[in-house]
Amino acid sequence: MSNPKALLFDATKCIGCKACFYACKESNKLPQKEKEEEELTNTAYTVVKEKDGVYYRRLCMHCNVPTCASVCPVKAFEKTESGPVIYHDKRCMGCRYCIQACPFGVPTYEWESTKPLVKKCTMCEERQKEGKITACSEACPTGATIFGDRNELLMEARKRIQENPGQYVDHIYGEKEAGGTSVLFLSSVPFEKLGFPTNLIEEPLSDLTWKIMSKIPNYVVVSGVFLYGIYWIINRRMEVTELKNKSKDKE
Amino acid sequence: METKIQSPFKLTFWKGVLIIIWILGIIATIIRFSKGLGASTNLSDRFPWGLWIGFDLLCGVGLAAGGFTLATIVYIFHLKRFYPILRPTILTAFLGYIMVIFALLFDLGQPWRIWHMIIYWNPHSVLFEVGWCVMLYTTVLALEFSPIVFEWLGWDKPKKWIHSLIIPLVIAGVILSTLHQSSLGSLYLIMPEKLYPFWYSSIIPFLFFLSAFAVGCAMVIFESHLSYRAFGHRLKMDLLADIGRVMLVTLVVYAILKIQDFSGRGVWSVIFLNRPETYLFWLEALVGVIVPVIMLSIRKIRLSERGLYYVAICTITGFLLNRLNVAVTGMEASSGVHYFPSWMEISITLTIVATGFFVFSLATRYLPIFEHAGEESESESPELAEEILNVDVMPK
Repeated sequence: MSNPKALLFDATKCIGCKACFYACKESNKLPQKEKEEEELTNTAYTVVKEKDGVYYRRLCMHCNVPTCASVCPVKAFEKTESGPVIYHDKRCMGCRYCIQACPFGVPTYEWESTKPLVKKCTMCEERQKEGKITACSEACPTGATIFGDRNELLMEARKRIQENPGQYVDHIYGEKEAGGTSVLFLSSVPFEKLGFPTNLIEEPLSDLTWKIMSKIPNYVVVSGVFLYGIYWIINRRMEVTELKNKSKDKE
Repeated sequence: METKIQSPFKLTFWKGVLIIIWILGIIATIIRFSKGLGASTNLSDRFPWGLWIGFDLLCGVGLAAGGFTLATIVYIFHLKRFYPILRPTILTAFLGYIMVIFALLFDLGQPWRIWHMIIYWNPHSVLFEVGWCVMLYTTVLALEFSPIVFEWLGWDKPKKWIHSLIIPLVIAGVILSTLHQSSLGSLYLIMPEKLYPFWYSSIIPFLFFLSAFAVGCAMVIFESHLSYRAFGHRLKMDLLADIGRVMLVTLVVYAILKIQDFSGRGVWSVIFLNRPETYLFWLEALVGVIVPVIMLSIRKIRLSERGLYYVAICTITGFLLNRLNVAVTGMEASSGVHYFPSWMEISITLTIVATGFFVFSLATRYLPIFEHAGEESESESPELAEEILNVDVMPK
């Protein structure tokens, strides 16, 4: 995973036309609702939102070390070499730990279905395999969403911040959050204002769990030996005492 | 014993309640499986885990902790005088886990795929570990419980086989229990920015384990009291007082860890904010830790059957509050929505709990759960282990 693909979204270039929203629906064959979705749902893998005149998108961040893939008990999520975090729907049993744990609140569930699955942006993995770019970046008329190698997009983002002083907050959202993501954001207003979680650690969140989980094999061996040891010692002492008592009785 | 058994067809108040709970439960079950989770629960993308995880899973597994606590005491430490309540405790634990599994079948979106955990492994996932532990520990409990059934059937050979396996079984049970009791807390380790600071902590697995152990003790006291009321059997006062002591020590250690944890993370500055979390936290701390510790420190209460019974009820209530606080109260602020379970979630939970009680009472009536009491403890010398361990009982 030396250089995965990524998306760079520049809020200063977004005009709120929702071309990405509709292209995404079409590409993923999602139903059109009478009223456009305003939050991520199982029928909208991306939405365009507005705050104080700033338009911005919400979509799966495609983390470098995804929390969803770490928590899933049946490995239904996978971070691919090329960047996208994909979902193996045949495996999913519907525990919803991914929805509960995702720091960006991305995965959604088919609550109304009797055979529900988790739904989220796939970073157009299928299109990428065909050599195409994501539907949202292809549809974007202003270049607010662009597709490319993560390293190059990071350089591009840094260049934009440096060359346009005052136009951006000095922060590439997604560069380091929760171990870094494959979707990067630039904005003219602080990300906190746009409702992005800004209290995330820079390490992958799965490290927090792994610190404990990795000790389990040791724990099992040590406590197994320890408990058997206690049992054996007490048992042996009881036998010895009983024998002593018996020999005393004989005397 | 026989005199207490009533005709099974006589409608009493509690049977009436049970029937109403069952009818509502059946309706809710039909809606759950024909219309899906959206129609039957108040869960949403913002609040994907509700009552079934918070109560049925977190509380259910915790309340069954008496099973491994007592099995360790009896088999590993050879304290055979606790034997009289071993069987009812194992039965409660076994039923508890079966109930948890039933609840999961309602909660999982596609429960017919629950076996996927056996073939698709993800050792990074806490839930994977919890799932495996619950699966294996339920098997261990079934095996620990099986001699009772064999005895009832009059099968001596299989009973002996199990008996020869009992030590490895108990050890496996203890390891599996400590693992998943603590792992239910570890489930939340990955959500530092979501769980309210009263409850999020890097030591949450240890806190979950300690509180499960304490509530395991409380459940043993509670069950002893119930079995006395129903069947006239109970533990001798000195045994109960011993359990009370262990519980006191556990709760004090828990409190110290919690205080240390609060200091380490600078939580003291927010403990009196006027928020719902604050009230529910203090209620939990008061009912589950502070009051029981004070009561258990008073000799007179610790040495009275009734006093211990009230302490047990307090601790159990506090424990339930704690788990619900972690699963619901502590997650609300970050989710941005308010969650309260639907009547169907509540009624399915009630159905599972009520059925558990029902099966327990059936089992105690027909299986040798209590009658057995004296037998084994008399056949081996019960005081021997104590002499050797030099465990002093209460002053006589």
